[in-house]
Amino acid sequence: MAEQTIEYHTERTPVAADSTIPTVVCDGVDIIYRVNGTGAGRGSATAALNRMLRREKAEKAAGVRKVHAVKKVSFVAYKGEAIGLIGTNGSGKSTLLKAVAGLLPVENGRIYTHGQPSLLGVNAALMGDLTGERNVYLGGLAMGMTREQVKERYQGIVDFSGINEKGDFITLPMRTYSSGMGARLRFSIAAAKDHDVLLIDEALATGDRSFQRRSEERIRELRQHAGTVFLVSHNNKSIRDTCDRVLWLERGELRMDGPTEEVLEAYEAFTGGADKPKAPADKAA
Amino acid sequence: MSQVLHTPPQSPAPADEDDLAALAARHGLTVSGARPSLPEYVRQLWERRHFITAFATAKLTAQYSQAKLGQVWQVMTPLLNAAVYYFIFGVLLGTKKHVPDYIPFLVTGVFIWTFTQSSIMAGTRAISGNLGLVRALHFPRAALPISFALQQLQQLLFSMAALIVILICFGVPISVSWLLVIPALFLQFTFNAGVSMVMARMGAKTPDIAQLMPFILRTWMYLSGVMWSIDKLTKADDLPHAVVIALETNPAAVYIDLMRYALIDSFHSSQLPPHVWAAATGWALLAGVGGFIYFWKAEETYGRG
Repeated sequence: MAEQTIEYHTERTPVAADSTIPTVVCDGVDIIYRVNGTGAGRGSATAALNRMLRREKAEKAAGVRKVHAVKKVSFVAYKGEAIGLIGTNGSGKSTLLKAVAGLLPVENGRIYTHGQPSLLGVNAALMGDLTGERNVYLGGLAMGMTREQVKERYQGIVDFSGINEKGDFITLPMRTYSSGMGARLRFSIAAAKDHDVLLIDEALATGDRSFQRRSEERIRELRQHAGTVFLVSHNNKSIRDTCDRVLWLERGELRMDGPTEEVLEAYEAFTGGADKPKAPADKAA
Repeated sequence: MSQVLHTPPQSPAPADEDDLAALAARHGLTVSGARPSLPEYVRQLWERRHFITAFATAKLTAQYSQAKLGQVWQVMTPLLNAAVYYFIFGVLLGTKKHVPDYIPFLVTGVFIWTFTQSSIMAGTRAISGNLGLVRALHFPRAALPISFALQQLQQLLFSMAALIVILICFGVPISVSWLLVIPALFLQFTFNAGVSMVMARMGAKTPDIAQLMPFILRTWMYLSGVMWSIDKLTKADDLPHAVVIALETNPAAVYIDLMRYALIDSFHSSQLPPHVWAAATGWALLAGVGGFIYFWKAEETYGRG
């Protein structure tokens, strides 16, 4: 079962949406969080001791709360699809993505994937005290690229981020960047790799309008190379622009699964009216 | 291989449940987040070797990047450390009367001990302190404790440069035996990385261990002959045999004494514990291989829950 081939080098030929090859299969997935230090003991020392001594038996008594974040979700994603995940805050979208990436355990059910899905999140590997340049290398290596690949794509990453448009900023420590610049560089690094299954969590809400447009462009490209793209966003416009299918999660349950327009209409009716059309300021609400 | 997602038997299911599993099997999809086999794990880790070294170097340089003197602190910090220990143990307590070349003896001990100590401390927090990284990216998690041990090794190389200067200043002659430093450091690094991996797994499950470690490590330090000569103590023959054996096979003491033997001409082979190279290799193998397997066994649990 060590079939998790991590293909670093393979040049993929672009594939159109192919409704016969599944890349992600979610089979009745339940996800439950356990949170320490709540309820009964209010995090007191006795509650903590209680928790250590009695473990499973008295989870509740010791103040462990269970949060049922995703409930019985099943779907099949196919090669070449771009799937949007929508839902109000706290409806389990990000949780579901993390589980698909294999970073969270599922309570019931199974998630099967083709290759190794990757979360578009390189932020954690970057260090503010290092220059942008060294962070590009570090981030690329952290995502599993080889040194040669990073070297090869370095210029592309920097150009895409547009960090150097206003001067030689890539050689400054990242802590000196504005939050927008930092976000642009992070997205550029993360999007530099081709992924089998790519999971994006609200990455498009960053940067200015021109950068957002470039990001959407890049996502369409990634989608051609990658098998499947998942996008979590509160920005209905970027979902419309990038996705052809939408899953709507509400309170952890899969409420709707269908073509973008259909689901978004129902969702907009549910949340009380459509977003104001073409207002550039309405990013992730 | 076993599936490790703690999945209890399926509860009453929608009609297409079997179909989905069958569909996944038909197209050769694998279960997300399963632990790779040991050889596969080693292969993945090897593929990430550049990340491991880049991460270690990045951590090391980030450490002093805000200081005015910058990287000079890499050498200053160990020198100041040695000065403090010299003041307390050499001047105030007068240990130096019993040991020839006391300053090189002490400084070597402090540097080599610090290497093991900081590797273990960093290892304890390797997973629990980097949850963001673990939760965002896929890589063999052993890369983290190994990377931290490597960072400490790089730090030690700076200290060794300072140490060489001290040795020469105190008139220790340069000799061929200095080459023994290389195998000794290699063995110690393997030992440190192994213990780090054990501590990383324990620290990931129970972060509270990080609070306890400083006390355990300090006790270990005082038992390891960092500031005094174990040899003097064991030759005094009023100690029970078991205690002597324990003191002499203590891995920290083994590595410290090996380094002193390699660097200081007045530290003779008669002062080394018996079978010192065998002990050094044995500890390295035991910790390195054992620690790696122990860490791998819980690979899929890191960063969860």
